[in-house]
Amino acid sequence: MIQFLLKRLLQAMLVMSIISIACFAIQDSLGDPTREMAANSISSEERELLREELGLNDSTIVQFGRFIGRAVQGDLGNSYFFKEPAMTVILKKLPATLELTFAASILIIVISIPLGVFTAIRPRHWFSRLTMAISVIGISIPVFLTAIGLIFIFSVTLGWMPSFGRGETIEIWGYWSSNFFSGDGLLHIIMPAVALSSIMLPLFIRLVRAEMLEVLSTEYVKFARAKGLSSYKVYMKHALKNTMLPVITVGGVQIGIMVAYTILTESVFQWPGMGFMFLEAVNRSDIPLITAYIMFVGFLFVVVNTLVDLLYGVINPMVDLVGGNK
Amino acid sequence: MSQQQISNPLSRWQRIKQSDLFYYFSRDNVAIVSSMVFLILATLAILSPFIAPFDPYDLRQLDLMDSELPPVWIEGSDPRFLFGTDDQGRDLWSTILYGMRVSLLIGIFAVLFQGTIGITIGLVSGYMGGKVDSILMRIADVQLSFSTLMVAIIVLAIVKSAFDGETYSSWAMVILILVIGLSEWPQIARTVRSSVLAEKEKEYVDAAHVMGFGPARIMFKHILPNCLSPIFVISTVQIANAIITEAALSFLGLGMPVTEPSLGSLISIGKEYLFSGSWWITLIPGLFLIVIVITINLMGDFLRDVYNPKLYKD
Repeated sequence: MIQFLLKRLLQAMLVMSIISIACFAIQDSLGDPTREMAANSISSEERELLREELGLNDSTIVQFGRFIGRAVQGDLGNSYFFKEPAMTVILKKLPATLELTFAASILIIVISIPLGVFTAIRPRHWFSRLTMAISVIGISIPVFLTAIGLIFIFSVTLGWMPSFGRGETIEIWGYWSSNFFSGDGLLHIIMPAVALSSIMLPLFIRLVRAEMLEVLSTEYVKFARAKGLSSYKVYMKHALKNTMLPVITVGGVQIGIMVAYTILTESVFQWPGMGFMFLEAVNRSDIPLITAYIMFVGFLFVVVNTLVDLLYGVINPMVDLVGGNK
Repeated sequence: MSQQQISNPLSRWQRIKQSDLFYYFSRDNVAIVSSMVFLILATLAILSPFIAPFDPYDLRQLDLMDSELPPVWIEGSDPRFLFGTDDQGRDLWSTILYGMRVSLLIGIFAVLFQGTIGITIGLVSGYMGGKVDSILMRIADVQLSFSTLMVAIIVLAIVKSAFDGETYSSWAMVILILVIGLSEWPQIARTVRSSVLAEKEKEYVDAAHVMGFGPARIMFKHILPNCLSPIFVISTVQIANAIITEAALSFLGLGMPVTEPSLGSLISIGKEYLFSGSWWITLIPGLFLIVIVITINLMGDFLRDVYNPKLYKD
């Protein structure tokens, strides 16, 4: 276990250093802070002086060292557009994205587990066939089209739902602005969450179904049946518990992947989260903000993946973590 | 030459007709319908310069007076424009045909590119084993854990900041193919590696060893032909994925420029006009995109079922 932990930490650090080298290279070659700080109003000598002061004439290695030193302290440079530390900008947008991901995850869990279990227990039932057919179609519809379709039906045609923004948010703990405590906020989060969950739902339904089918064919389930337990008990108490294990671990990674899809969802619904901010930063060529986002998301991914791997090892002792000789 | 003809008297067409693939295909209605629909759409897309009533890339044919006209079955339409026009007065049907061609081209070339990388890495990784294998597969794992869409978005965002707008627009198609191909190679590499692991234990590989063939020859001439069916299956699915990724990137404004729209950029243009009632600019290209992707995915499902008899469909 310790050996595995060390290996994973080492890998996580390696990945983070590759990401930071890439970010440093981008900032080094594309971003010229003197241009942003002083526009065109200064002479070239003054600009040179400024460059010297900022340490831009030092060797690349020294500059990279400084970059890493600051990054570890959470200083990823100042956004050109917001005139604020990039990290502050990202942290301000973080609650919106996290709440959207959270709402979508709840929808996925609540819908995919019952459907997956049902399609596994009754594979030939018409409802199961319908579910599987819809899930094939669902996988083929890009998330932004689902989002546009929802807007067209529920906002443009019917006029029931708000189509953009977060609506009314309520501050909790003085920092976190939340959608979950007001009717208007809840109304605003429904469509983005449905759209975001739509891309993952078919995947999860298939996953739950496949795992459940596998568990149902094992000896201990047959034994539970032979004991004379009611089929409800067999399915819910014996089979479902062991189905959840791979679902949790695969699900953890997938929820990390959802961050990529939040960029699409947020852009359609103009949801003021990190993804929308990133797109705006790309259009404004706000290099520090772009690199800060990449560093932050990279960090998030690495942390989530490492945690999921560790969790996997803890709950399933059969997994060979170190990957020794086989 | 004459010997070959004696041992193999069937013509190519007869051999296709007698193959398992054709047998299963002729019994699977879903596969027949989806491949027919796909073939029709692909033919339309390939022939777009000849059959499209207008040339959407030719700015001289555009008339702003024609902008935002609805499709022919709605009142206030113009019979010249089957599916109506977009915000610049482009004929939507012609633009969709050209856009489908762009989407399919990017999808296919991106998969060819990722296939080349993926097959090479998968073969080397599976055949060499040991340190090489574990390093290559770790890289693949790490890249996959970041989600291919995320990698593609970030790389394109950087490329876009590095070039000026005009250079980017003229190279957009090549850049998209390279970026999508690069971000998706681990999928194919993993598939190839797992079948190489199974193949390399077989006796014909030992025989090739004994005959003194080098590793490159054994990998590409002996093992690779036996790993083709899983590659075939995953490539089909990957084309659908590449088309979706391209559409998503173009939708975000990181892909094809508005002057040479793919289906994704058309949807993105139309989104602005959804509230003014011009739903067709978004929804009709969206429908075409969905149909293309569904038919490719269904064909992929069919191929997987044929090549994987262990997986029974319920």
